[in-house]
Amino acid sequence: MTVAGLKHRDSALWIAALVHRISGLMLAIFLPVHLHMLGLAVERGAALDAFLRWTDQPLVKFAEGGLVFLLTVHLLGGLRVLVIENFAWRDGQKQLATLAAAVAAVIAFIFLVRAL
Amino acid sequence: MPGELSVSLWRGGERGRYETYRVPRCESQTVLDVVTFVQRHLDPTLTYRFACRVGVCGSCAMTVNGRPRWTCRTHVAKVAGDDRLTIGPLENLRIIKDLATDMQPFFEKWQQAKGAFEPSKTKADPIEQIRPDDPARRLADAAIECINCGVCYAACDTVRWKEDYLGPAALTRAWTLVNDRRDTGNAARLQAVAGAGGCHSCHSHQSCQELCPQALNPTAAIAGLKRRTVAAYLKGEIAP
Amino acid sequence: MNVKLYVWQRATAAIMVPLVLVHIAVIFYVSRQGLTAADILSRTHGSVLWAAYYGLFVATASVHGGIGVRNVLLEWSPISERNVDTFAFLLGQFLLWTGAYTVYVLVLA
Repeated sequence: MTVAGLKHRDSALWIAALVHRISGLMLAIFLPVHLHMLGLAVERGAALDAFLRWTDQPLVKFAEGGLVFLLTVHLLGGLRVLVIENFAWRDGQKQLATLAAAVAAVIAFIFLVRAL
Repeated sequence: MPGELSVSLWRGGERGRYETYRVPRCESQTVLDVVTFVQRHLDPTLTYRFACRVGVCGSCAMTVNGRPRWTCRTHVAKVAGDDRLTIGPLENLRIIKDLATDMQPFFEKWQQAKGAFEPSKTKADPIEQIRPDDPARRLADAAIECINCGVCYAACDTVRWKEDYLGPAALTRAWTLVNDRRDTGNAARLQAVAGAGGCHSCHSHQSCQELCPQALNPTAAIAGLKRRTVAAYLKGEIAP
Repeated sequence: MNVKLYVWQRATAAIMVPLVLVHIAVIFYVSRQGLTAADILSRTHGSVLWAAYYGLFVATASVHGGIGVRNVLLEWSPISERNVDTFAFLLGQFLLWTGAYTVYVLVLA
């Protein structure tokens, strides 16, 4: 392959697909940790309580905000695919994709404002 | 019109390198003009393809400043910011030499996608009456003007990442035939595009649709194939 | 990817659209300081609704994540298709059974 950094990858739709993929990978890595932590609720959850206190730290709350962003952006990216594949073709997809990223960021930001 | 271009052209095979040439600018110059100038006046060993020079054959497709396009329809004035051009062969195809690639896999995938018409009638039968505003005919017509230039195939990252992916052009042609009432090959065709290298690998990046010089929309055609194959699968007409 | 895997992936995605929206709402509701295990358990314990909701979520996420990771590995890694299939299947199973245990702990234990 000759040309590095092919220019079409600056398209909003290409970036949307990449963000959808990366967020999915990160959620797939996070999910076992999440399920394990909740499983600590076993036996009235003393272990879970210790973990929950740890998550009250601001740095962890920032990470949680990141996770909320990942989940929301993955949902919206998935909706992009489901709409393209099952409904009539629409114009303005690039603008919608950019808007979706902004919406995910806003939702994560609201989460942080409430949580911190 | 004064001025000079600094043009980097890919020379050699897969392990080649870019070499730089100085080419005088002129009025209404196209990238094909630039490549032709190098071959005629600077280095006769340069290998490249072209035919019609007027944007109807698709032979002159190359990667220009990072995007696959028809060089005869790319004005230098539009792409050569600060008088620089980088021209390479189409991506996702083996380089034969310099700017010429081996298009064989592209055409083989066309066949694998069952992109050939399967007739249902003989000349003794009456002609099939198909109205141009028939909904299926409209879908086929919107996708039919492909001239196999390979730009979409070169732009597609799924082609890049999956060797067996049939690619936007082959799948778009399959879609036109799926919508052709006269064709009898749809059972095999839907099966062909529902397997490992089939339409379901498309991630809707839409580089194909953005760059197609004929303004076709392979993403939409592939979405149509996805719907048709799912319906056929759920009805038990095809198996993965 | 083939038509069968595609159907499973898109179907689980469609099912999860409302599930994720509810989950985001739950996250917002729960995101206050001082949350304890007792707070969580008081809501989930003995609840058929939470069991059904999170049971469905775990099942669909396991399938969807397994197929998704499979596609990414096939496209971005040099791992053979056979090994990718095995890994993705095991990942799906791991998510499914870890999730099932978690639902059990929250609802029944």
